[in-house]
Amino acid sequence: MREDRLGPYSPAGEEKIATGFKRREFLKRSALAGGGMVLGQRLLTDGGASTLDAMVAPQTVSEKVAVRLRVNGSNYGLSLDPRVSLLDLLREQLDLPGTKKGCNHGQCGACTVLVNGRRINSCLALAVIHDGSEITTVEGLARGDELHPLQAAFIRHEGFQCGYCTSGQICSAVAMLREVEQGTASHVTSDVRRQGRVELTDEEIRERMSGNICRCGAYPGIVAAVREASGKNERGA
Amino acid sequence: MKPFAYTRVTNNQAAVQAVLREQTAKFIAGGTNLIDLMKENIEHPNQLVDINRLDLARIEEHNGGLRLGALGRNSDTANNRLVRERYPLVSQAILAGASPQLRNAATNGGNLMQRTRCYYFYDVAMPCNKRQPGSGCGALEGFNRIHAIFGASRQCIATHPSDFCVALAALDAVVQVEGPQGARSIPFADFHRLPGDTPEIDTNLKRDELIVAIDLPAASSVFAAHSYYLKVRDRASYAFALVSVGAALDVQDGTIRQARVALGGVAHKPWRAKEAELILTGARADEQTFRRAAGAAMQDAHGYEHNSFKIELGKRAIVRALTVAAVKGEQDESKNE
Repeated sequence: MREDRLGPYSPAGEEKIATGFKRREFLKRSALAGGGMVLGQRLLTDGGASTLDAMVAPQTVSEKVAVRLRVNGSNYGLSLDPRVSLLDLLREQLDLPGTKKGCNHGQCGACTVLVNGRRINSCLALAVIHDGSEITTVEGLARGDELHPLQAAFIRHEGFQCGYCTSGQICSAVAMLREVEQGTASHVTSDVRRQGRVELTDEEIRERMSGNICRCGAYPGIVAAVREASGKNERGA
Repeated sequence: MKPFAYTRVTNNQAAVQAVLREQTAKFIAGGTNLIDLMKENIEHPNQLVDINRLDLARIEEHNGGLRLGALGRNSDTANNRLVRERYPLVSQAILAGASPQLRNAATNGGNLMQRTRCYYFYDVAMPCNKRQPGSGCGALEGFNRIHAIFGASRQCIATHPSDFCVALAALDAVVQVEGPQGARSIPFADFHRLPGDTPEIDTNLKRDELIVAIDLPAASSVFAAHSYYLKVRDRASYAFALVSVGAALDVQDGTIRQARVALGGVAHKPWRAKEAELILTGARADEQTFRRAAGAAMQDAHGYEHNSFKIELGKRAIVRALTVAAVKGEQDESKNE
């Protein structure tokens, strides 16, 4: 699966990545594969009113798409069902379970990863859309045995209790400190018209980390860890 | 999630043609709403046309105003230097919405196309005329705390969830679209619809039309010094608005020359409070004026069992947003002196 080069993207005006075949065909195939049971259940839950013909109305089936990704410095050439989220790809196919599945609906931030250096929710990202991207997960932050300053700060300040949201918190914080360096404003920034670097108060940290929910309520430790790591960055450490 | 075919396009017309060919095909950009709806089996396109590689992400000067590319990410738009300087209401509104992660993925065009967060729309076991026309409205006599107080119908009392769109409505933005017959412009006020008897249709954009840009007119930069986006929600961040107010004033020597007030969380579309704007125009920028304007804005509001609180909340939110907008500029001016 892993390979060492990223191929160029084909620049055609429209590249048909996947052409579906009809649902009728899919049902035939899945019936052969023992999918008859599922179909039977569907008919029952539909109250038996639907005829088989109505149910096998034309519908496409996902065909696999070639995707190349660079994850934590390693290149991957993959063939993916377009339905696969970046989160599921990382956890289930690339053996990187550090990224967590919390709500799976973009409401908790446990699945936060960096795509080309920017934090996003990997649960709401189709892997195929990120073809050619560079992904960093929590597994890619440390340098050998040396923890990333934010990882070390989270341990020092107990920025967690159960730990499930932690990898998302840390990835989010890594990107957040970069955003601050770039002079971005936040909802609590008093005047967005004034450009330049915003002072990272605790209020700013809380707002900028608000996309990561911690059900244990370890927020004081999280804020302390981020505050400390931001100071380190300032001193260039 | 139901299976779908995946197609990538690299020019606007290829995108339009791809959607034209397949009856249930949909454009996908950031995907932060569409993928979620597909997981919930509320949306089930048979084909996704990935438009992320189109050249539509730029923010450029245009006719003295700004042209926001449809594929600009919400975070980049909010933090664009020119947007922050000339249209701070847009930056404030975007930054009040969602989370940094979601704003990094969500696009400007996609923000306009996001669907309601009505619980009944999201729950496929419940009736919803928007999701399944003719099935009824679960919210009308159900748990309707987050629902509309303006412009609703017996068929649907859902609200539009966007913050960005409230600012765009206030500033008279124009949506640029491309379809099979070419390009056209849609004034922002005409972009989203009220539910009426067809709540399943959110906007006046045709299925095969692609949003390519959103224009902020030059005339609206006059509000830069006195604008404020106030969002009232159940928690301090990362929640949809119960009521939000986009307030923009053009004040000189304490007198309001022009005013814009738009509300979020109260209707099926971003709601322009024209009655309030009429009262504000030419009046003194003081609390008494703001109270009269707020009263006028809420005159035709209609509450349901659980959301009548939005009427009083809306009045107070308008007064506060206008007060901050008026004072904010004065503070800035004194700092500059």
